[in-house]
Amino acid sequence: MTTKSNSHPQERIGVYVCHCGTNISAMVDVEDVAQWAADKLEHKGVVIARDYKFMCSSLGQELVEKDIHELKLTRVVVAACSPHLHEKTFRTACERAGLNPYLCELVSIREQVSWVHTDKVAATAKSKAVLSGGIERVLWHEPLDPMTVPIHPATLVVGGGIAGIQAALEIADAGHPVYLVERDASIGGHMAQFDKTFPTLDCAACILTPRMVEAGMHPNITLMTWAEVENVDGYVGNFDVTVRQKARKVITDLCTGCGICEEKCPKKVIDDVYEAGLGYRKAVYTPFPQAVPNFPVMDVENCIYFDTGKCKACEKFCPTEAIDFTQEDEIVEFPVGNIILATGYDLFDARRVSNYGYGHLENVFTSMEFERMNNASGPTDGEIVLRDGKTVPDSVGIIHCVGSRDMNYNNYCSTICCMQGLKFAHLVQERTGATVYNFYIDMRTAYKGYDEFYQKVLEEGTRFIRGKVAEVTDVARLPNEEGKLIIQAEDTLIGKQRRIPVDMVILSSGLEPRHDAKEVAKTFGISCSADGWYIEKHPKLDPVATMTEGVYIAGCVQGPKDIPSSVAQGAAAAARVIGKIQQKEMALEPVRASVLEDQCSGCRICNDLCPFNAILFHEDTMLSEINPALCQGCGTCVAACPAGAITGTGFSNEQVLAQIEGLLMDMSV
Amino acid sequence: MSEYIFYPGCSLESSAKSYHDSLNIVCEKVGITLNEIDDWNCCGATEYFGINLTPAYALITRNLALAAEKANGTNTVVAPCSACYLNLAKADYYMREQPKLGTQVNLALEAGGLSYKPGSLEIRHLLDVLIYDIGLDTIKSNVVRPLTGLRVAPYLGCMVPRPDYEKRWSDHEHPVELDLLLEALGAEVIDFPLKTHCCGGHMPHIGPETAYEMLHRLLTSADEHKADIMATVCPMCQMNVDAYQGETNQYFGTNHKMPIVFFTQLIGLAFGATPKELGFGSELVSAKKALAKIGTAPPKTKKTRKSKKKAGLPMPQPLPTGIRINEEEVIR
Amino acid sequence: MSQLTPPVHEIEDLTLLEEVAARTAGVSRLEMCIQCGTCGGSCPSADDMDHTPRQLFAMLRAGMREESLKSNTPWICVSCYHCVVRCPQNVHITDVMYTIKGMAVSSSMYESGTASEFSQTFVDMIENYGRSFEFGLATRHYLKHFPLRLPGMASMGIGLLTKQRMAIKPTRIKNMKQLTDILDRAKELGATHE
Repeated sequence: MTTKSNSHPQERIGVYVCHCGTNISAMVDVEDVAQWAADKLEHKGVVIARDYKFMCSSLGQELVEKDIHELKLTRVVVAACSPHLHEKTFRTACERAGLNPYLCELVSIREQVSWVHTDKVAATAKSKAVLSGGIERVLWHEPLDPMTVPIHPATLVVGGGIAGIQAALEIADAGHPVYLVERDASIGGHMAQFDKTFPTLDCAACILTPRMVEAGMHPNITLMTWAEVENVDGYVGNFDVTVRQKARKVITDLCTGCGICEEKCPKKVIDDVYEAGLGYRKAVYTPFPQAVPNFPVMDVENCIYFDTGKCKACEKFCPTEAIDFTQEDEIVEFPVGNIILATGYDLFDARRVSNYGYGHLENVFTSMEFERMNNASGPTDGEIVLRDGKTVPDSVGIIHCVGSRDMNYNNYCSTICCMQGLKFAHLVQERTGATVYNFYIDMRTAYKGYDEFYQKVLEEGTRFIRGKVAEVTDVARLPNEEGKLIIQAEDTLIGKQRRIPVDMVILSSGLEPRHDAKEVAKTFGISCSADGWYIEKHPKLDPVATMTEGVYIAGCVQGPKDIPSSVAQGAAAAARVIGKIQQKEMALEPVRASVLEDQCSGCRICNDLCPFNAILFHEDTMLSEINPALCQGCGTCVAACPAGAITGTGFSNEQVLAQIEGLLMDMSV
Repeated sequence: MSEYIFYPGCSLESSAKSYHDSLNIVCEKVGITLNEIDDWNCCGATEYFGINLTPAYALITRNLALAAEKANGTNTVVAPCSACYLNLAKADYYMREQPKLGTQVNLALEAGGLSYKPGSLEIRHLLDVLIYDIGLDTIKSNVVRPLTGLRVAPYLGCMVPRPDYEKRWSDHEHPVELDLLLEALGAEVIDFPLKTHCCGGHMPHIGPETAYEMLHRLLTSADEHKADIMATVCPMCQMNVDAYQGETNQYFGTNHKMPIVFFTQLIGLAFGATPKELGFGSELVSAKKALAKIGTAPPKTKKTRKSKKKAGLPMPQPLPTGIRINEEEVIR
Repeated sequence: MSQLTPPVHEIEDLTLLEEVAARTAGVSRLEMCIQCGTCGGSCPSADDMDHTPRQLFAMLRAGMREESLKSNTPWICVSCYHCVVRCPQNVHITDVMYTIKGMAVSSSMYESGTASEFSQTFVDMIENYGRSFEFGLATRHYLKHFPLRLPGMASMGIGLLTKQRMAIKPTRIKNMKQLTDILDRAKELGATHE
């Protein structure tokens, strides 16, 4: 520790070099670095230079605070770990001592020096250079105040599945308005299609529909179904949302949900969405009996009237004249403060796996088809039957890992398919006398009650064969295979290829991101991973926030997961939003770019480069302007501007150039 | 006129001579010129790999090096034999995937004054060229004698649709290319479930029982679907199903009489060439009875398991194939 | 006679799995095998194998050199590539089979010589003529290994000969010297590309 008196009136800089235990000090001579700063950089303004074992500890922080008070420091430079970890710590310490936090600079001599070099002499010299760079830079820092933006109390929840419903209800119950926008005709999502849910075997509709009804009737929730978000402008706390309310061709104020239109409609169509292609619906339909809201919707592409100009049976029979063929899409705009995306998943298309024969062989079913089959309001009234609609199978094979854990399709694990496969085994055992075989690679039953469920299914007599199924075929080699579907797999635990004849095959298909996930992500300004799942802010510590402030994700849109996890994420996202709303305003980091107007030539190169769409162009003045609330301070435009007309608070040209000068300081002097 | 570099392979000169004769006739009719590689050598089939790695790849790559020298204006090599096609494609692909292999092979080629840059040639099978370059519309337009009345089992064998390094085929298990081609000739194509199952390769010489079992599966299925004839793209498949059908019958006590010919022979027939010039008659299990069916009305077939009357629950829609006929994409 | 691959024990410090991977063309991904069994399930000749392909790979991982090289599995492999296209980890299974065959031949560790001698004979023909010579191959091979089948195959043989589908005399390529030089150098370069 060295104190020197300062002879010129300039900034008074405090320098602190951390040992970080032995993390830094093992490779860098930290005492030497501190001493050097005190000696060689005194003329720059260094009035004190200390080294300390753990700067981030409360004692370490107190050192800083004490020096600010006693030595009247005007700048602080800490040489320690990466700013990602403790920049906030030291800035807050400065603030407590009355120094503007943005006058504190943290330089990394751990991640950038001690952890990546093995030569102590060179590492010490580099630390000095890095420190010198920080000191030169900090001289150019200015006191900044974070900007605050108001938070609009309304929230947009996109997606009316279980995660979206959970989030909407929690925010609404906390007293704040919610817009729940759902693309399909009813909320409920995939969970509404299931029959029973694992591991409790709760009936899906029984536990879901009360929530759906609550969401539909909640005074704070504006439910918009058969609607899609078209555009989002703005920034956290102040988003402007544009929603396209698609035309149902039904006047909802008049409709009573009686269902006569659906009954009288002569056009039957395969229901690809709710019934997973296993059943039919009409051209004007309500997706399922417990739909919320209970208004039908017209499938214009398949409607006879729109095709040929004839029919209109629905209109004729509607007792309240609620059918309106002329109804147009409506554009609705409203402001919100935060957005939660809970748009769910799509099922892996099992037709792609041609060796399993789905689409080719009649009695191969996907998981969703089988769910609909089991559902009492499904196409077979809950009976487990073959594709002919009547024969009960004597033997059923259930195949795990279809389209998952496979480099030919998706190489991630879809999390829920093992439990789903076990659930199916249980349902088949319960409802038929059939022999059940499950073919798996690993049995993934990780969560509460899951392995107990596996035990239960074992007790029921399901036969487990550990081997990924190679082929499902109808080409018989032996008499007992005639007329059956043969599942060919290696029973790896005995090391032999086996051919198991069954009547019915169920594919436990994997989960995939929605087919338009990437486009939707763009609308909201967030990123997808290469697979298409939305990226959370931190995979371990922040699973519901995204890199875009004010936009949260919940449920399967973030990655495959089961219902309890989706609900938990929906609640987590809601809690974050409620927290923001209650604070009424939010402080944004003042590290922002701004355009120096007299140097801007209006070339607009920066406009398209901004990943946050924060740059506007004014046609009248031919100048670009950066919206400070949207700007995240990434620096792309600063670097790209050919005229050097953009500078950043917190990373101005002067600051960066000074830092470079400091780095290149001649150590020999 | 489309030009291609041509690698016939050893079998086309001897056991699969009818393949060679018929493909020459077909290529001439559709405007394909085949420029044979000068002084090509055997590709090694599946045998050399099992003895010694570097010589095996050097053996194959000598042909690629000679082909690259020939290239003038085209860089596509057409190989009609499945094993040759796979070997050429594999050598090129692995040398790209694993550059050290390429370096090693080129060191060997140097001793013969040759070199080959991996990736400089495109290797394709004749069927691929006919479907995707010439197109089914052109094939159809050349048909003067439609093969109506003939029930054909399309048999691709294993090494053409797999491993398919360059993703050229519609599917690895049930590709539709050969089916569509034969349909374009007017034949009735059965939905042959074992169309890409292996004929046994060299097993007749190594472990005959294994070979007989595999041939037995193919023949039984073809007969079950009431095929008159099998059409194949591979000389090994043709040889095995043809020449060892007798031994297979003996082993299982069956009486299969399933003729198997090359697909180009059938195309040639449809294009109006005579059976003799197409090499008919060189097959050991005679195709005479099958050929006599051409031009007759298609027989009334008993409904097989597949064509049951409409099932109670709807089936999913099939996926598009990516192949176009008359501007429309085929969905199978 | 052709020169064989250098004996396997010369490659000393690699584990068996790594050695097999090093001797396989391309990037074999053998270490990525999760033992799912798709290969064993797909194999059309699995019933005749001592070990399923998956089992063989497990043995390699366990370092069971003698058992692996003595197994008849790679010799029963028909190179149909069903396993390769279905393998969820993209392991180049068929090429690993070729490698094991080569290692078995060079260490003389196979139970039955039928398959290896067939390959060796085929290779001899190529190294003499540059083209395969089926008549020579068939007569040499069947006389030694399947003499009892010959009478039954007589009609097939005569059929092929009379229909001119088999030549009695071999064809030799023009530039045999070039091919020989190339193959000789290749043999010197060895069996791995590491």
